Amino acid sequence: MRNGLIDNIVNLEEEEALNRVEELLAEDKSVMDIMGDCRKAMKKVGDKFERKEYFIPQLIMAAEIMNQITEMTEEKFDKNQKGSKLGKIVIGTVEGDIHDIGKSVVDFNLDVNGFEVIDIGEDISSDKFIQEIQKHNPDIVGLSCLLTVAFDSMKEIIDDVQKANLREGIKIIIGGAPIDDEICEYVGADGWAEDAVKAVDLAKNMIEGC
Amino acid sequence: MSSKEEYEKLEEGDKRLKRINDAIKLKKPDRVPILLMNHFFPAKYYGITNEDAFYDLDKWLNANDRFIEEFKPDLYFPPNAPVFAPGKVNEMLDMQQVKWPGHGVAFNKSFQFVEDEYMSQEEYDLFIDDPSDFVFRKYLPRIFNNLDGFKMLPPLKTFMLGYTGASIISAFANPKVIESFEKFLEAAKKSAEWNNAYNEFHKKQLEKGYHAFNGATALAPFDVISDMLRGMKGSMLDMFRCPEKIIAAEDKILPCMIKVTIQNAKMSNNPRVFIPLHRGADGFMSNEQFEKFYWPYLKKLILALIDENLIPCPLFEGKYDQRLEYLQELPKGKVLGIFDKSDIFKVKEKLGDIMCIAGDMPASLLKVGPKEKIEKYTKKLINKVGKDGGFIMSSNTVLDDVEPELLKKWVEYTKEYGKY
Repeated sequence: MRNGLIDNIVNLEEEEALNRVEELLAEDKSVMDIMGDCRKAMKKVGDKFERKEYFIPQLIMAAEIMNQITEMTEEKFDKNQKGSKLGKIVIGTVEGDIHDIGKSVVDFNLDVNGFEVIDIGEDISSDKFIQEIQKHNPDIVGLSCLLTVAFDSMKEIIDDVQKANLREGIKIIIGGAPIDDEICEYVGADGWAEDAVKAVDLAKNMIEGC
Repeated sequence: MSSKEEYEKLEEGDKRLKRINDAIKLKKPDRVPILLMNHFFPAKYYGITNEDAFYDLDKWLNANDRFIEEFKPDLYFPPNAPVFAPGKVNEMLDMQQVKWPGHGVAFNKSFQFVEDEYMSQEEYDLFIDDPSDFVFRKYLPRIFNNLDGFKMLPPLKTFMLGYTGASIISAFANPKVIESFEKFLEAAKKSAEWNNAYNEFHKKQLEKGYHAFNGATALAPFDVISDMLRGMKGSMLDMFRCPEKIIAAEDKILPCMIKVTIQNAKMSNNPRVFIPLHRGADGFMSNEQFEKFYWPYLKKLILALIDENLIPCPLFEGKYDQRLEYLQELPKGKVLGIFDKSDIFKVKEKLGDIMCIAGDMPASLLKVGPKEKIEKYTKKLINKVGKDGGFIMSSNTVLDDVEPELLKKWVEYTKEYGKY
């Protein structure tokens, strides 16, 4: 029965998955167990994405199913019972750029791979990044962009983080369509990743290096 | 192969055009042509802001004119591409779908598109039933706040009742409707002022021997749904929840897109049609989904434009490494494909005898240099991708933010090393 739910989610069978959760809740199954299955399913979805069997539409569909399950179970869910995390990441799209799609995919992948992700939004100034870093004390800061005009924003943010004496002890990683080795060096980031799968590897490497 | 003598007889302007056309026909021109996606670069370089570009027509066209004179590209990117509508028009209509310099984004940044679900999933049937009516009465009020009154209009097809339905016209007397139409007309006049100036600009450039990259712009039918109507998330959930609606909507969009594009291209007197592609890239969908939702309609659009003797110029944004086999289905020597992050050498191998290849020079390299690296990569592109012709030098994306000195070097290297 339980494996049914995992398969439903992995196969993106929305209606079946939601019906199953309803049944399980009616049978008074523990929400922790249901969420445990969901996490297993999402890990499988992430693995399929990594193997290029799944693409962005499948990730979005899986996330949509997950959101609905979370809503259904929210009342009974004890938030303190979250599992331990690999590390904490503050992530945002830099000033001058309002794009969020790439960032959302990276959020998803980091999340299902065990990171605590704090998404602070789009068009984020260096002041705001500094505030959020002070507030959350993350292991990693992720800067996202889609446009080439964001290069100088990234550089400015990293310079300002340095000036605010916050650079030590955190790793700054960048990503987005126009990013490459040259830009990574230009802006002074610790690393960059080409896509959401490589972003997870990069974040893991960064945590090990912390 | 075109002989050198043929080129020598020509004026500079005709030489540029022949160079481009030879490359598109997969032949060897006298040298590798260069397409500059100047976009907002002329603003920064000649000391005006991107906000000025949206508000001061003379300054903006002057900057573009100087740019073309100074860099002498074989194809220039039209100034009406980045400044698609003047800032005043956006203000008059209270544009919601775009933030433009000084209005939602900083004065020196590029305009940016605000993606949203401008059409709900439940509205597919309304759209499919009558796209024109849907876009006029439902869509326009959502993307332009000041056209809110259009919402109150009766379905436009009611006019088919002829004189027996003449009283319907009274619906237009609603004060909100009147207000919206007044704004609409005001914006139309302002917009026409800029459009006329753009047309004059292109005519003047042509007299001076310079060619605009494109006249018309078209979108892939799936991108219309995903970018403009449903948003990325909406359209991707639709692939699972109501795939048949996407297909039915694309069946409606395709003939509209073909007709509108042909008309725009003919009016512009420029056969090159720009088709920026968004959601068809690797990663954005599986090959199976690409085959179902994206490619059939894009292919039909491209073939229909070729039938009208137009030159489709798709910009393959992102990577298309997994999709190159599909592109092999296109007819030979009729398409100019600009590539962004695809493996350009693989593209040459797979598509070198199908389409003229452009793009790839990373805008990031033109931003940070050094020039030696640019020189080396320019040579590599010329030697490998430019081998035997069918290649146009260009960047992987727009040149908004590149270093002027590095840009000049790149153009110089292309003209120097690109000789066949």
